Amino acid sequence: MMTLTKRKTWFYFIPYGLWLALFVIAPLALIFYQSFFSLDHHFTFSNYTTYFQSLTYLKMTLNSVWYALLITVFTGLISYPTAYFLHGLKHRQFWLLLVILPTWINILLKAYAFIGIFSQAGLANQFLSFIGIGPQQILFTNASFIFVATYIQIPFMILPIYNALDDLSPAFINASQDLGASGWQTFRRVIFPLTLPGVKAGVQAVFIPSLSLFMLTRLIGGNKVITLGTAIEEHFLTTMNWGMGSTIGVVLIVAMVIVMLLTGDQKPKGGTPR
Amino acid sequence: MSKRLSNAFLILVFIVLYAPIVFLIVYSFSAGDTMTAFHGFTWQHYRDLFSDSRMLAIVANTLLVALLSALIATLVGTLGSLGINRTTNHVTKESLLALNNVLMVSPDVIIGASFLIFFTMLKIPLGFVSVLLSHIAFEIPIVVLMVLPRLREMSSSMLDAAQDLGATTKQLLSQVIIPFISPGIFAGFFMALTYSLDDFAVTFFVTGNGFSTMSVEIYSRARQGINLEINALSGVMFLFSLLLVAGYYWIEQASSRRKQRKRRATS
Repeated sequence: MMTLTKRKTWFYFIPYGLWLALFVIAPLALIFYQSFFSLDHHFTFSNYTTYFQSLTYLKMTLNSVWYALLITVFTGLISYPTAYFLHGLKHRQFWLLLVILPTWINILLKAYAFIGIFSQAGLANQFLSFIGIGPQQILFTNASFIFVATYIQIPFMILPIYNALDDLSPAFINASQDLGASGWQTFRRVIFPLTLPGVKAGVQAVFIPSLSLFMLTRLIGGNKVITLGTAIEEHFLTTMNWGMGSTIGVVLIVAMVIVMLLTGDQKPKGGTPR
Repeated sequence: MSKRLSNAFLILVFIVLYAPIVFLIVYSFSAGDTMTAFHGFTWQHYRDLFSDSRMLAIVANTLLVALLSALIATLVGTLGSLGINRTTNHVTKESLLALNNVLMVSPDVIIGASFLIFFTMLKIPLGFVSVLLSHIAFEIPIVVLMVLPRLREMSSSMLDAAQDLGATTKQLLSQVIIPFISPGIFAGFFMALTYSLDDFAVTFFVTGNGFSTMSVEIYSRARQGINLEINALSGVMFLFSLLLVAGYYWIEQASSRRKQRKRRATS
């Protein structure tokens, strides 16, 4: 009986299996495969040797990682206190929904808004003139790129941290306070370590996309910052050098795996407090 | 004192989060051509938007791709989660889950670039079909992630009881399993819908020349500079997202109410 039902349910699994094979495994394999082909479709290792010998590519990679790191740090610095304070509010579910709502607005519309805000006579410059600094070139600078990227990523960092805070049993905080810890000690020794998984999930959600945000580097960064994503887009859609683009893609995948390993949830071997 | 400080911080964060959106919508009603000074109220940009047949066709395309892809992804994803849930071998299950999440964690450019290679190799023309297939592909894992927890909650004794009472596999699926996991299926469908509407990078890679979605169109118009018609579009989009959020919230609430009711009934 059991085997019969089992055989029958395998039938339902076919579309999903096809998807796994065609859209998960095949494309990943293809990007590896493509990275070994030169512009004139010959098998070669030259993409990799070019990549690792060229100062431009290496500098671009380091730059991209550096900017992603800055964005992640800024996002974290804003998101952790936000999640923490939000969690203490009365109607926190409602406020959390308000944090999520902006993520439902198309990312390009948000980027477009900043083109207006940061423009020569825009809101930001009007404010700078008002406080006496005078108008500055804001759009198409590295700072504006970091600002907008941070803006876009904040909700994705707040959510996992909030969830981690939600999972934290108040008994731990009470115990810590009863044992005479100050507010800061309770935070540093109890709350922060126990919500670290949330922070790690947030870092994962922010760092990897930050390596590949190519529309922001074009619209806001004015092509001054080249991220790995920008480089891939350029090789695939502008210069049509798919081999080199795929090589950079493989580098991005490797970077992604490293980040995942560093921030993955190492399941604690001892008894986990629940 | 510290309470006031934390509230001030929160208020500041919320102002920053919403300022660009409010800014966009306010200027959609400005009579001027720029986002620098408000020139008096007008509906002109909305009128322009609704008479811009190119933009309207693109909006229709976007909605069509979103609805169609979300429907198919929900179907395939739900069947997939049934399969994953059925798997008894631990290693197989874990590897299936890991494979499922590959597209969730991959950067958009990687998905876009690899799909572009894939479609080109299979000689699938770039356009509606390639965009639709890509959207289905990156929506399936989120559907699985929404449906699977519901399946896990389902007790096996309920299935045994149904089988003992003579239910066929088909009846089991349609009368017992699907009704139980339907909140997960709806949540998955909504998430798939938003993923599709929100996507830019993947579509940008696989869209070719003839076909365009809203994100891609906004990108190409934004590169040319300020155009208050886009502001009007964001006003409409904001309203639409509010409705979607309300719908999603309502489903979540309904399912948690159901859960509570059940808890009360069993305790």
